[in-house]
Amino acid sequence: MVEKKKLQVEAISTGTVIDHIPAGQGIKILRQLQLLGTDLRITVGFNLPSKELGMKDIIKVENRLFDEAEASELGLFAPKATINVIEDYSVRGKFKMSVPEQLESVFECPNSNCITHNEPVQSFFTLKQRENDIQMKCKYCEKSFSKDIVAGL
Amino acid sequence: MTNPLYKKHIVSITDLTREELELIVSTAEKLKKSPRSDLLQGKVIASCFFEASTRTRLSFETAVQRLGGTFIGFADGGNTSLAKKGETLADSVQVIASYTDAFVMRHPQEGAARLAAEFSTVPVINGGDGSNQHPTQTLLDLFSIYESQGTLDGLKVAFCGDLKYGRTVHSLAQALCQFGAEFTFLAPDALTMPDFLLHDFEEAGIKFRHADSFEEIVHEADILYMTRVQKERFDETEYKHIASRFILTSEHLLEAKPNLRILHPLPRVDEITVDVDRTPYAYYFQQAENGVYAREALLALVLNESI
Ligand SMILES: [Zn+2]
Repeated sequence: MVEKKKLQVEAISTGTVIDHIPAGQGIKILRQLQLLGTDLRITVGFNLPSKELGMKDIIKVENRLFDEAEASELGLFAPKATINVIEDYSVRGKFKMSVPEQLESVFECPNSNCITHNEPVQSFFTLKQRENDIQMKCKYCEKSFSKDIVAGL
Repeated sequence: MTNPLYKKHIVSITDLTREELELIVSTAEKLKKSPRSDLLQGKVIASCFFEASTRTRLSFETAVQRLGGTFIGFADGGNTSLAKKGETLADSVQVIASYTDAFVMRHPQEGAARLAAEFSTVPVINGGDGSNQHPTQTLLDLFSIYESQGTLDGLKVAFCGDLKYGRTVHSLAQALCQFGAEFTFLAPDALTMPDFLLHDFEEAGIKFRHADSFEEIVHEADILYMTRVQKERFDETEYKHIASRFILTSEHLLEAKPNLRILHPLPRVDEITVDVDRTPYAYYFQQAENGVYAREALLALVLNESI
């Protein structure tokens, strides 16, 4: 039985496995991290059975470790996801994501009248969990938006 | 001891602590009683209105002159060579700041003042950035409330009119959260207080309720803060139907609490009838005058280590 479970998605020798992504968020993460336009070998699983989530998505990226900025972005879409660092077919490191407190320069401010659009500055948001959503507040125009609006999803 | 506002940027009302708000109010009170023409002696203040606002600009420039300072600047940034040559705000600020001791600005875009503060070598004072913040309006509102009630603590404050888009209402309510106020809201269904602010009030432990008429408000409120319900937000028949419920007349005030004072950021159109002006409750013209003292207090504190 153990064997069968492991083979839900093919194992990789070296790379990163993002597990416990809420079903439906996997495709957003692929898009947001711009993993699709690369020549990285990626294996994905959508709507897999999960004890905790009911259904989950999973992403495996071969020969690639995530940096901190990518992990922050990931935390935004799947704060409960786990990142597994894989070497030689086994888990060498494992860490849980959390919602970052701040996010710099990743997204544009959705407010079209925000000063950041025509000035030499990076966007900057502070993040706050509110019920089932994450609110992102622009440091400049002070407007708050749902994370999906900021990410243009 | 250095006052906590010395050399500080004044961008958003939420940047200011309760102690700082109280210091500005008490300084405004002192300057109203005993004018000081020495506090900005030898100082040059930039008064840069990238968007025209005659009322705010005149109030700031009066404050500068009463304190013995001088100002440079422009009344409508759209007509300056800065705008015509397409210079970024960041560059304009760096240059103008280098000529002056403080930078007062108004701008049509949200976030302009925060950005200016990052590029300015002198304190930036926000005179309004798009639909975002207008902290000196809130400071003069607080001063007027303090002056008329003798305290800022634990007051019952009612807000009426456009509570959805009215930034003066939002900023004042945010500031009053630091003083344990109780709020009542009277607004058309389409213009109620936004949810994100109601969340903030809840988090701050502020009690609030929604009312349907002035009668429900005036017998218990200390402050009634009126704003205009703008015609543009409704179609004509809808507007006629709605607006009449949000026009304050002297008849509504027959049962008013004796210390009730009515504030309005002005200009008023027809949301307060002129017969209200003659009641003891009207305070909006004193409030407008207080704008000069509140701005004097702010400039004086930002530019003097101690007063
Ligand atoms: Zn913004």
